[in-house]
Amino acid sequence: MSLAPTVSLAAGHPGFLSPTGVEIAFLLVGLVTFGAALVTVTTRQLVHAALWLVVSLGGLAVEYLLLTAEFIAWVQVLIYVGSVVVLLLFGLMLTKAPIGRSPDADSGNRWAALTVAVAAAVALVWVVVDAFRTTWIDLNGPAAGSTRVTGESLFRNWVLPFEALSVLLLAALVGAIVLSRKAKAESNPPHVNSRGVTESSPSVTDSGIHPVEQEGAR
Amino acid sequence: MTTTTLAVLVPLLPFLGAAAGLLLGRTAPRFVRPLAVLPPLASLVLAALVAVRQGGDQAITAHTELTPTGSVPIELALHIDGFAALVAILVAFVAACVQIYSTGYLRDDPRYPSYAALVSLFTSAMLLVVYSGDLIVLLVGWEVMGICSYFLVGHYWETPEARAASLKAFLVTKLGDVPFLIGLFALATDAGSFRITRVLGAVASGNLHHPTVVALLLLAGVAGKSAQFPLHTWLPDAMAGPTPVSALIHAATMVAAGVYFVARLLPVFEASQAAMLVLAVMAAVTMVGSGLAALAQDDIKRVLAYSTIGQLGYMTGALAVGDRGAAVFHLLSHGAFKALLFLAAGVIIHAAGTNSLAAMSRMHGLRDRVPDAYWTMTVALLALAAIPPFSGFFSKESVLGAAEHVVDGHPDHAPCAAGWIVLVAGLLTALLTAAYATRLWLLAFRGRGAEAPDHGRQPLTMTVVLWVLAVPSLAFGGLAYRALPGWFDGRDLTPTLLTSILGTGLALVGGLLTYGAWQRTTQLAARVPLGAVAAHPEQDAGLVEAEAIATHAPAYGDIAYAPDPADPSRLLLGPLRRHAAVGFHLDAVYAALFVRPVQAGASLVRFLDREVVETYVQGAAGLPRLLGAAVRRAQTGNVQTYVSALLAGTVVLAVAVVLVATGA
Amino acid sequence: MHLAYPAVLSALLFCTGLYGVLARRNAILVLMSVELMLNAVNLNLVAFDVWLSRAARDTLHSGQALTLFTITIAAAEIGIGLAIVLAVYRNRGTSDIDKLRDTAEGPGTEGPGSSAAEKAEATA
Repeated sequence: MSLAPTVSLAAGHPGFLSPTGVEIAFLLVGLVTFGAALVTVTTRQLVHAALWLVVSLGGLAVEYLLLTAEFIAWVQVLIYVGSVVVLLLFGLMLTKAPIGRSPDADSGNRWAALTVAVAAAVALVWVVVDAFRTTWIDLNGPAAGSTRVTGESLFRNWVLPFEALSVLLLAALVGAIVLSRKAKAESNPPHVNSRGVTESSPSVTDSGIHPVEQEGAR
Repeated sequence: MTTTTLAVLVPLLPFLGAAAGLLLGRTAPRFVRPLAVLPPLASLVLAALVAVRQGGDQAITAHTELTPTGSVPIELALHIDGFAALVAILVAFVAACVQIYSTGYLRDDPRYPSYAALVSLFTSAMLLVVYSGDLIVLLVGWEVMGICSYFLVGHYWETPEARAASLKAFLVTKLGDVPFLIGLFALATDAGSFRITRVLGAVASGNLHHPTVVALLLLAGVAGKSAQFPLHTWLPDAMAGPTPVSALIHAATMVAAGVYFVARLLPVFEASQAAMLVLAVMAAVTMVGSGLAALAQDDIKRVLAYSTIGQLGYMTGALAVGDRGAAVFHLLSHGAFKALLFLAAGVIIHAAGTNSLAAMSRMHGLRDRVPDAYWTMTVALLALAAIPPFSGFFSKESVLGAAEHVVDGHPDHAPCAAGWIVLVAGLLTALLTAAYATRLWLLAFRGRGAEAPDHGRQPLTMTVVLWVLAVPSLAFGGLAYRALPGWFDGRDLTPTLLTSILGTGLALVGGLLTYGAWQRTTQLAARVPLGAVAAHPEQDAGLVEAEAIATHAPAYGDIAYAPDPADPSRLLLGPLRRHAAVGFHLDAVYAALFVRPVQAGASLVRFLDREVVETYVQGAAGLPRLLGAAVRRAQTGNVQTYVSALLAGTVVLAVAVVLVATGA
Repeated sequence: MHLAYPAVLSALLFCTGLYGVLARRNAILVLMSVELMLNAVNLNLVAFDVWLSRAARDTLHSGQALTLFTITIAAAEIGIGLAIVLAVYRNRGTSDIDKLRDTAEGPGTEGPGSSAAEKAEATA
């Protein structure tokens, strides 16, 4: 492929048949993550789906750690596992989702969806493997995603988008309030929650994360 | 004022009167009658003044070019010679009489304002034709007359007869106008101008390249307008219009235009011997055929209509032998007595409540009810039958004299054969004319049976006009035949002895034969009751006439014919009567030759449109509709289905792009 | 570490989320699947950022910055999305996506009964 020469920087890297320890760990956690994701989209119990989503997102946080992106990993744990899933569970409760197995969790579109998804997966995996099969990430040295590195980069190079993002969050906050304004008492909790989430994400990036630094695995 | 200004005012005044009448007709009804009557009267005075100033001398010409119009210039031109001056007087005179008469005849008609305005416009158009020195300006007047006749003949548009008659008049005259227009263009192309003087100059210098074609094309238009065979069929049907309109059309305007046009451009026709021969044959067929048809008609106005066609045949006959002086002389005297005949017939129809001669012949004492109409009509019928010393005698003898002059071996312009044809047909027609005039008089005024109903005296406006018109009918010919050559080409119009004796003798024979036949058949009249009378005899004359026309076909089975055993024409014509009554089936022939093929073509087109074209259209619509229905089934409203299709397409496209990019 | 590992995992996770979006009936499950897809993208971003920063091609850490932005936007999206789902649930009494068929073709082609039933359901 034409992409291959341009990206194959690390010539003489180890082959796929002699994996390193990190690779083995990544593979195992990746299998767990993928399995949990599959269960999430196929289970007939709605609440279980949310819980398996927690497993999947947590697995992804571990993958971030393995990739030396500590800050992202903790943000992932805090926001996704901590608040987004909780929010989804609240949503399930507020819409009176049935507890237990519900036979009609999947729509009649299932087989078409399966075809499209499998086709997309085949195409993507084929392209990705074909393009990056020789590319090697050198994980030795200082962590690529420590809080210091990320913070410096964020507040030195990305300040303007960062501030623009806060405006976007404000707009989302206002939008959520407007959407649920006519609500009776029962609809207030999700809207309060959503505000909590949206406000929490900048605060997390600001202050939250210190314990990650000793996590630089490689 | 110069003579030119006066002459311009002559056609302009009725036009302004018409415009004002149309504008004020609704808002100021009091002004409608003055606006209708005064402009023709003023025009009459002015036309007389113009004629006096012109005096039969050199023609008055004036022209101005408004704007350049391409290769052949069109100019506003006047050309007033003796013919134009005298014909204009006739037109204005008859128009004034008709307008005065109409105020009484249509006194209660709600559409009188538009009617009067259209009559004024009609008059104005005819005066334009008469005075114009440019062929295109003449054509404008010519066509305005066509459209006015359409509206006026269809005045009683509530009746189907009037609607059909107006359409027929319009279409048949237009049928002639198309070749007429082409002929005008051909003529102007050869002459390089539309000016009549230049055209005549070109003819004199031999610059006309195709005289026969041009003359025959022009003849088609003339035949349509002047109701000559074979385009005469519209004129009898045009009787569905009000009687004053008939008088105007027959006496002075519409039908006179064709004869006048040929008289103006006679050198063009004389340049082609074939055209003159065609003109002679046309005149002869028209004369004899219309004489026979007039003898068999039951509607009094249709008798007069066929007589008009016959008298116009005399005029074209005179033109065919190259004597336009005689033709215009007959045009003038005929205009006077034919207007009188129609207006008197209107009075009679009003008094009798019917237009059927068969019904009138069963009424006693009709002449005592309308003594004015009786006496004036007698005068006019004598003039029509060309009995000396009435004016018709002199003008008709001048025509016959011109024909005899050609036969005698003085073929100045016309072929000798044309002279013979016109002479023989003219003499035969003299007999027929006298016969149908006598029949009309006897049936209308010497009826026996029940007393005629009394509806009181006729309006003064109607009877006075009759007497005014009776004067020229009586005396115009005798007084004028010596003076007229000075106005015309200078050719002698004095009756020759031989044709006078022959013509008058034949006329007497015709009259006496009819009288004899009437003596025998009138006994039957009492035995066979017949007739229908209008339902509202106390109304104004226009309404009575409209009802009479509308009830003729239901009452007698045909618009022109009545199965009356007491009719002298039954004895005179024998088996021919049935065919003569319907105009020798010419309408049926036309129907078979033209109307049915056109209708068949129309139904074919309709079939093609309905079945073939429509199928394509339906197919063109149906296929997208089927596709649309198929696509519509995909619109399930399920967002997930949509997104699935979208992403599937994305995957396919992405794979395709990758394959192409890698050259696989 | 081979870049192929995170890349393939990311692709698989993305397609799993895709399947979930297309196949799930409950709107909240669809939102979960959307989260999965976003996380797959995040993984990709992080992996490539690590690779490129080690290879000294990119000193701005744009991948990680974008990941943070994505997480933020995802949080906002889930808030708005849940608000919409709740509003729909309040109005329609259901949060099933395949029952929200107001954009479907009218009763002329669809079975009139089913459409009327939906209407009744919608107004209930």
